[in-house]
Amino acid sequence: MSPSVRLQEMIRVIRSARTQGEERGVIQRECAAIRAQFRQADNGGRSHNLAKLLYVHMLGYPAHFGQMECVRLIASPRYNEKRVGYLGAMMLLDENQDASLLITNSIKNDLAHSSQYVQSLALCTLACMGSAEMCRDLAPEIDRLLRASSSYIKKKATLCAVHIVRKVPELGELFTPAARALLAEKNHGVLHGAVILITELCERNAQTLVQFREAVPELVHIMRGLVTSGYSPEHTVAGISDPFLQVRILRLLRILGRNNDTASDAMNDLLAQVATNTDSSKTAGSAVLYETVLTVMDIKSESGLRVLAVNILGRFLLNNDRNIRYISMTSLQKIVSTDHNAVQRHRGTIVDCLKDQDASVKRRALELSLALVSAINIRSMMKELLLFLSTCPPELKSHAASGIFNAAERYSPSQRWHIDTILHVLITAGADVRDETVPNLIQLITNASQLHCYTVHKLYRALVADISQQPLVQVACWCIGEYGDSLLQGDCEETEPIQVTEDDILDALETVLQSHMSSPATRGFALTATMKLSTRITENVDRIRSIVSIYGSCMDVELQQRAVEYNALFKKYDHMRAAVLEKMPVMDRSSMGQTNGESGGGGVQELEPTKPKQPEMMVAPQPASQVGGGEGGGGHGF
Amino acid sequence: MRFMLLFSRQGKLRLQKWYTATAERDKKKMVRELMQVVLARKPKMCSFLEWRDLKIVYKRYASLYFCCAVEEQDNELITLEVIHRFVELLDKYFGSVCELDIIFNFEKAYFILDEFLMGGEIQDTSKKSVLKAIEQADLLQEVSVLEPHLASLVSNFKDVNKLTTVVVLTVL
Repeated sequence: MSPSVRLQEMIRVIRSARTQGEERGVIQRECAAIRAQFRQADNGGRSHNLAKLLYVHMLGYPAHFGQMECVRLIASPRYNEKRVGYLGAMMLLDENQDASLLITNSIKNDLAHSSQYVQSLALCTLACMGSAEMCRDLAPEIDRLLRASSSYIKKKATLCAVHIVRKVPELGELFTPAARALLAEKNHGVLHGAVILITELCERNAQTLVQFREAVPELVHIMRGLVTSGYSPEHTVAGISDPFLQVRILRLLRILGRNNDTASDAMNDLLAQVATNTDSSKTAGSAVLYETVLTVMDIKSESGLRVLAVNILGRFLLNNDRNIRYISMTSLQKIVSTDHNAVQRHRGTIVDCLKDQDASVKRRALELSLALVSAINIRSMMKELLLFLSTCPPELKSHAASGIFNAAERYSPSQRWHIDTILHVLITAGADVRDETVPNLIQLITNASQLHCYTVHKLYRALVADISQQPLVQVACWCIGEYGDSLLQGDCEETEPIQVTEDDILDALETVLQSHMSSPATRGFALTATMKLSTRITENVDRIRSIVSIYGSCMDVELQQRAVEYNALFKKYDHMRAAVLEKMPVMDRSSMGQTNGESGGGGVQELEPTKPKQPEMMVAPQPASQVGGGEGGGGHGF
Repeated sequence: MRFMLLFSRQGKLRLQKWYTATAERDKKKMVRELMQVVLARKPKMCSFLEWRDLKIVYKRYASLYFCCAVEEQDNELITLEVIHRFVELLDKYFGSVCELDIIFNFEKAYFILDEFLMGGEIQDTSKKSVLKAIEQADLLQEVSVLEPHLASLVSNFKDVNKLTTVVVLTVL
């Protein structure tokens, strides 16, 4: 009778359940049986019962009543019971469970067991779920095992020590001498563990780091041995000698060489050797090369070596394997600020990656592209970025839009280009831009006085085409309000002439006012723009007056307030109307966002309230709480 | 490595190994979310993705997804090799492993994993060495299961049938 049959039978029964309810029923019955069995004395079936419980636990059902059984089984003298008991402990007991402390003694005894397989169970369990307290208790045992035992146990004890150091960093001092000695081991498993242990020790303690710098020549020697050794059936993977160990050593060298010239010098030749001799046609080789590049870029390496490293990354960029391209871009991102020119050389390939199918690759390419924009390449880069914006996945749109704005702000070759770029973004991705975009753009337009005519023409055209993109509509309304007179004149040097009548303009604004797609803030912009036009146009002032008075009884409090005030401007303060609705002066950058006591005039901007990330169609009704400046006083409106 | 998950295309968890202490509730939530994210990926996509503050490395072998969460400073490419090595070990042990093997022998899959990785790190970079150790441990398990029966057999036949004892031992 094989122990697993009953377990497998139960698994079969559970799997054949046709519905969730049926499965639950089966499991409840089994659990009841298991519980009953646990309560009985030893009947030889304890380990299978626990195994069954562990299966049930993996399916997502509660299994905490098995914790004590784990403790009991671990204490059993029989290996098969210990094995399942320890497995159960790793699955059901973590350091947050009280029962986990109960196994400390068993682990201690098993660490000194005559069978190395029992020792192995104890070590594995301690390394998996050992709490800080357990680690403190058992650290001396682990240290003993590190020094005087077989390779089999040494390699496991080393990794157990790694766990202990991660949990209780102060204990690192205890393991440092043993760790140093382990570097002389020939067994790859032990060596691998030792390198990890030393890495952890050095990362946590600066003095230990200084101490281990002396080990650099030894590490270089080991590494050189690996790189130059021939095929070994035990350790070779895709033509590379023990890539796992190589990667680990390279990482340790990185930590030791960082900010230290002597150590970096000592490893320079080796790194060059690895970089040139490693075959990267398979993942194993690429992994080693990748780690090498990371190390070269992080230590104080010679410039020749750095160039070599960046070239490797460039080669990776052209690799057919998508994973390698992704890795390459991640690395390039890390060095783009320090080795900007070197990375610039690969700009073309990076920009091509913007068109990759994979969203992860696209994201990386976007980050890198934004970092590579400069005054020289702004025009061509922007073309690519805008193309990307129109086709990119939704989760990247907002980031791309802000990146484009930043780039445009820093490097635009001309104001007109800048305005065009922003308009393009608003048209393609209007719903995903950040709140500050509207005031920023308005300020930009105001300050480009020679472009007012051009801008208002473009915006009018955009508005007439589509009123769903709120930021665009807001800016368009504002412009039309300010510069509507230029629009009426019809001719403008930089765009085709367009015949627009006063009615056309007012129609456009009214459409915005009445549309269910317009947010309350947008309607505020539209209403104010309509009002401003009363001083810019000549014939349809009555129409404006009637629009304004209609909104005097609007449900939206903010709009109502505005409309009433504007009405008052028409009635009681008509003599002041022209002065109040004068054109805005050029705004000073530093006065952005500050409220100004005077109503109207001055550099007061209203930042619109929370900008929800929604697709084009915004479904009415908008909650009244979205309206920002309901508290009256200064801070609204133009 | 923070944790490793094995799950099927239908979103059934086949193995989970956590190398950091996490509450049961959180584990369930993370597993559910991560499974959704990974299962939504298309076949030719990159094996790496960023999820929460972790790097996820995953690879699909037949009907099973092998998914690891690694730290910021870990090498993703070598993690792919780690996953591949684990699959090779399973394959060697079960002989052309398939998902059913892992379902019906889940405890053995765990034993193999625990002989290969400890605390999230590789114990031995030699495939042969790991397989040999598992073989020996299995042998020890067989002996320990039969031990009580062996003891009673020996005590019953201790005078007459030393031969029987030898035969029984050979069967082991």
